[in-house]
Amino acid sequence: MSEAVGRLVADGDSVAIEGFTHLICHAAGHELIRQRRRNITLCRLTPDVIGDQLAAAGVISRIVFSWMGNPGAGSLHALRRRIEHADPEPLEVEEYSHFGMVSRYTAGATGLPFFPLRSYSGSDLPAANPRIVPMVSPFAGETLYAVPPLNPDVAIVHVQRATADGDAQVWGLLGCQKEAAFAAHRVIVVCEEVVPESVVRSDPNRTLIPAPIVDAVVEAPGGCHPSFAQGYYDRDNRFYLDWEAISRDPAAVAAWLDEWVYGLADHAEYRARLGAERWASLAPGEAWAPPVNYGSYR
Amino acid sequence: MSWTSNELMVVAAARRLAGERVCFVGIGLPNLACSLAQRTVEPDLELVYESGAVGARPERLPISIGDPCLVAGARAVASQFELFAFYLQGGRVDVAFLGAAQIDRRGSINTTVIGPYEHPKVRLPGSGGACDIAVLASKVFVIVPQSARSFVPKVDFVTSPGHFPGRDTPGGGPDTVVTQLGVYRFVDGEMTLTSLHPGATLDQVQAACGWEMAVAPDLAETPPPTEDELAALRALDPERVYLG
Repeated sequence: MSEAVGRLVADGDSVAIEGFTHLICHAAGHELIRQRRRNITLCRLTPDVIGDQLAAAGVISRIVFSWMGNPGAGSLHALRRRIEHADPEPLEVEEYSHFGMVSRYTAGATGLPFFPLRSYSGSDLPAANPRIVPMVSPFAGETLYAVPPLNPDVAIVHVQRATADGDAQVWGLLGCQKEAAFAAHRVIVVCEEVVPESVVRSDPNRTLIPAPIVDAVVEAPGGCHPSFAQGYYDRDNRFYLDWEAISRDPAAVAAWLDEWVYGLADHAEYRARLGAERWASLAPGEAWAPPVNYGSYR
Repeated sequence: MSWTSNELMVVAAARRLAGERVCFVGIGLPNLACSLAQRTVEPDLELVYESGAVGARPERLPISIGDPCLVAGARAVASQFELFAFYLQGGRVDVAFLGAAQIDRRGSINTTVIGPYEHPKVRLPGSGGACDIAVLASKVFVIVPQSARSFVPKVDFVTSPGHFPGRDTPGGGPDTVVTQLGVYRFVDGEMTLTSLHPGATLDQVQAACGWEMAVAPDLAETPPPTEDELAALRALDPERVYLG
């Protein structure tokens, strides 16, 4: 992780760390903090706990987003301090709806100059963000709204399993990681486990991102904590609730970052520090899908 | 038999789901309302979550909109593009739930900022999918605690449009608002009290509203929750995570 982030993410880059509640790569966010990256634009539909930590650590100077909260647990106070009081420094915001953000990645991934959608009519969002623009359909004459492509410098995508080359397979909630990866100039895949190529080739429908667009593969089991990886570990809701209190107090946030990020060499140490008991409490039961027959055509 | 105002709100919302087919669910009270409707008035209700779970059959109470329990046993999992483009914009969502920090008489909802946008007094989470839902879902249901602070003459920011003049959108906009005091529908785009909850008064409704609330001529009283409704609801949230 240290090598991948060091080589592929530069100060001033725009970085997409997607994952909608599922597969949010906190390990990569922590590495950005540990390497003291600066002036990063975070592209993320829901800059939740990881967005708050990146804001508190001074990594990000701008966010492109659609929903900013600690889901089910409260608010993101470090982000709010920066937006409401420029404390300790201002944060630039560029805001859309979820559909607008997903459409931006889709335009970026497909090489289109904009993407049209039937949202925003009657909302104040286009007035707040001049990059949400009304347009007239060239066919039916209706008014739609257009959003511009989003092509992040780097997309960081966490997946359940990947080959060493970067063929990346996901099951469960898919979010918009495929769109973000295809839209990005560089792609870092982080996985729960590296698997042989034969595993991926036995089940190609499950591949979200193929190796040819991937620049680095990092194995970081548990790297989504406190988010979850379907079938591997559950969401650690206690952490989200704890973060509400930590986030309210800048000193508590600084102490947390010292203990859990700056004070640790890498995510393996974070995983160990969390302890076997905590991980055991997050282990799901089993629910296997039967295999499918792709056929053999020699 | 007694019940809490949260229980009454969930029961009142669940009853309004009779006859609906595909419901875009929010977490918390809306999730309870939909699950209750499946067990009472509308067993065939299809639950679709913003996270992409379609036809979810959660085996535990979901604690987030993307809880893994929504995936295990679901009918389908859609990418977010598919969810917003194929399901919502494709016209395949009959009813969707929204929450609100502020709501006005036309059903416009603010979840973005309190105060001016450039220098907010309070920065709220923002739209998420709410603006898209407000424009595109056939009907929007709102569950919101009512007070003079949340029911305002003019919202500070229109995140999700209500019945603005000249509204010409694929979706029908706000249909039903449920609070701890009553049920409201929209008559010619104006929020109108149609049913007063047991024990609530018109004075309380007016005191908790920043404009003069319209009252339907045939104002009803919300039938109290039945024993069956309460038993089913309490079984859904035994630890009272959302019921309080």
